Amino acid sequence: MDWTFTLETFISLVAAIPLTLQLAATSILLGAFLALGLALLRLSGVRVLDWFARFYVFVFRGTPLLVQIFLIYYGLSQFPAVRHTILWPILREPYWCAVIALTLNTAAYASEIIRGGLLSVPHGQIEAARACGMPRFMVFRRIVLPLALRQALPGYGNEMISMVKATSLASIITLMEVTGVAAKIISETYRAIEVFIVAGVIYLTINFLLTRLVHVVEYMLSPHLRAPRLQTPVQGESK
Amino acid sequence: MNQPGFLDVISFGPGGWGAALLAGAWMTILIAISGFLIGSIIGTFGAWAKISGGRTIRGIADGYTTVLRGIPDLLVIYLFYFGGSAAVTAIGRFFGSEGFIGFPGFLAGALAVGITSGAQQTEVFRGAFKAVHRGEIEAAIACGMSRALRFRRIIAPLTLRHALPGMGNVWQVVLKESALVSITGVAELLRQAQVGAGSTGMPFNFYVVAGAIYLMISTISGALLQWSERYFSRGVRRN
Amino acid sequence: MNAQAPAITPLALDVKDLHKSFGNVEVLKGISLGAREGEVVSILGSSGSGKSTLLRCINLLEVPDSGDVTVGDETIRMQRTRDGKSRPADQAQVERIRSRLGMVFQSFNLWSHKTILENVIEAPIHVQKRPRKECVEEAEALLAKVGIAEKRDQYPSHLSGGQQQRAAIARALAMRPKVMLFDEPTSALDPELVGEVLRVMRGLAEEGRTMLVVTHEMGFARDVSSRVVFLHKGLVEEDGRPEHVFVNSKSERFKQFIKG
Repeated sequence: MDWTFTLETFISLVAAIPLTLQLAATSILLGAFLALGLALLRLSGVRVLDWFARFYVFVFRGTPLLVQIFLIYYGLSQFPAVRHTILWPILREPYWCAVIALTLNTAAYASEIIRGGLLSVPHGQIEAARACGMPRFMVFRRIVLPLALRQALPGYGNEMISMVKATSLASIITLMEVTGVAAKIISETYRAIEVFIVAGVIYLTINFLLTRLVHVVEYMLSPHLRAPRLQTPVQGESK
Repeated sequence: MNQPGFLDVISFGPGGWGAALLAGAWMTILIAISGFLIGSIIGTFGAWAKISGGRTIRGIADGYTTVLRGIPDLLVIYLFYFGGSAAVTAIGRFFGSEGFIGFPGFLAGALAVGITSGAQQTEVFRGAFKAVHRGEIEAAIACGMSRALRFRRIIAPLTLRHALPGMGNVWQVVLKESALVSITGVAELLRQAQVGAGSTGMPFNFYVVAGAIYLMISTISGALLQWSERYFSRGVRRN
Repeated sequence: MNAQAPAITPLALDVKDLHKSFGNVEVLKGISLGAREGEVVSILGSSGSGKSTLLRCINLLEVPDSGDVTVGDETIRMQRTRDGKSRPADQAQVERIRSRLGMVFQSFNLWSHKTILENVIEAPIHVQKRPRKECVEEAEALLAKVGIAEKRDQYPSHLSGGQQQRAAIARALAMRPKVMLFDEPTSALDPELVGEVLRVMRGLAEEGRTMLVVTHEMGFARDVSSRVVFLHKGLVEEDGRPEHVFVNSKSERFKQFIKG
């Protein structure tokens, strides 16, 4: 392996990490709010809202993210009307188009994860809260949501990793995040393997740290699930 | 300039893009199926390595799934497309050919999709094997079945049955991932839509139609998968 | 009414000085046990006595640490690996011997992806390589014998526990085994389903089948078996004819055990 080249590549790619992180963090954060909204629509019991959320999830999970990015970045500019709204300065920017597409996309997946979490809250605990005289919203905020988030966290961790990986697609609409820079170096030098390894190490490191972070949060949120140390059971007859 | 209407774009008549989009859809299906099959073969070996391999083999399999789960699929496609071209060019030069030789995009795409989905299939098959009731395997041993017979008659069909839902998920992921292969210039669905968008100046229409075709493929294949799941789960009590 | 087994028939199964440990726990501490052709041997013992392990060692579902298992006139050849563990020398021989032992499990273990008939004909066709037509005919006769002929095309999950266990018995019989091994065949059943399985087993005993039955059913041990073996902590504590053992046992532990 050519170490000088590898080191140069590493330095160029490290400089692109902030953009990757920014894309991921922004869309995960915005997506979380949208996802919670969608999950609540699904569980609202109002048929129209439920079907709207279902349709949203169906469309965004059923089509490739790249199509969604192209639709927002290239597709919307087809209409002169869009070009004259106050949103145009945003929709003109590849960065914001990528953020919007990633947000809309992750919201569809995350809403199902959150919905699963909400459904997992035992009915008895909700009844207990109502029996204490808590108003509906307080029951949701103080009892249901914390329990649901704890339950949804592992799945949400996986979704966050998917999002970090998905930010790479922003390179296709000219954003120079890690994969964008990597692709540029590869197309200039045709040294795919070295660049791949360096970029791969960067993504693996980010995702490893993200996984650790989720584990830490999970640990903090679940004192009630931490098992007291058990004695090793005595080995008996095998059945 | 007389802009053609939305329906003209997708018509099969002269100037219509219907045939091109349909051919693209067919190519998308071919890429997805090839990638899925490659992934299934890799997944079978990966699961075998994780279940009954020695420490080294297990380590390699663990490394493979960890790496592929942590890095963007797009990066893997770049690796195969550019790395493959570099390798082919080097071989060509060795045999006295001048200049750059391109690696076929279809092959690069199918291999890249296969390698990434292989990591997912590994986990699907491993989980499915673990879900097989131990006693049913023991009964096969007690009948005097040899290792190979046991695998063919009992373990493989039972594992496949447990694996089907997971394999269905992987298929849907592969289908969407195949859109990334458009960057290699293979005339699959998204690539055809890009070409159409460029030459008609109607990106929105083309990407919406492309998205709808993806939705159609995923819905129809999803229904087929569900039917096969039901067929292969005869005799299983739903819990 | 006991199946009177003449004492002169040859040994169908002979176990000599069997040892087996799991980790530091020695479960079998040297068990010797023979079953003559036509004998029905009930193996009793509290949980942890090693009775299930003994059965599983006989067809090598567990590999014994030392000792000999002989089925008919063939002794399973064992060898030592370099790290001192024991393992069968010839896998083909093990598979041949297993196909002569019919095993009935506590949890039935029918193959869930095959119908009842397919379960019964699987090993005869694929292990013993007998012609399909013959196997199907024999399987149908066996299913009729255990009283579930009409269930032949159902999947195991559609049957009650008692029916599943009877199907499992038919599956074991289909291999024309020299010896039938029963590992607590009624322990996983609801009480009202125990009777139908015991009736089938009693029928087999009356036919003169050689059977080794690990069980908690005292009635079966007393009335049906020709011999009762009581295991305690990995050793044979009592071995004899039921009318003798149940009345005159000198073992305090056995008296304690049968009192419940």
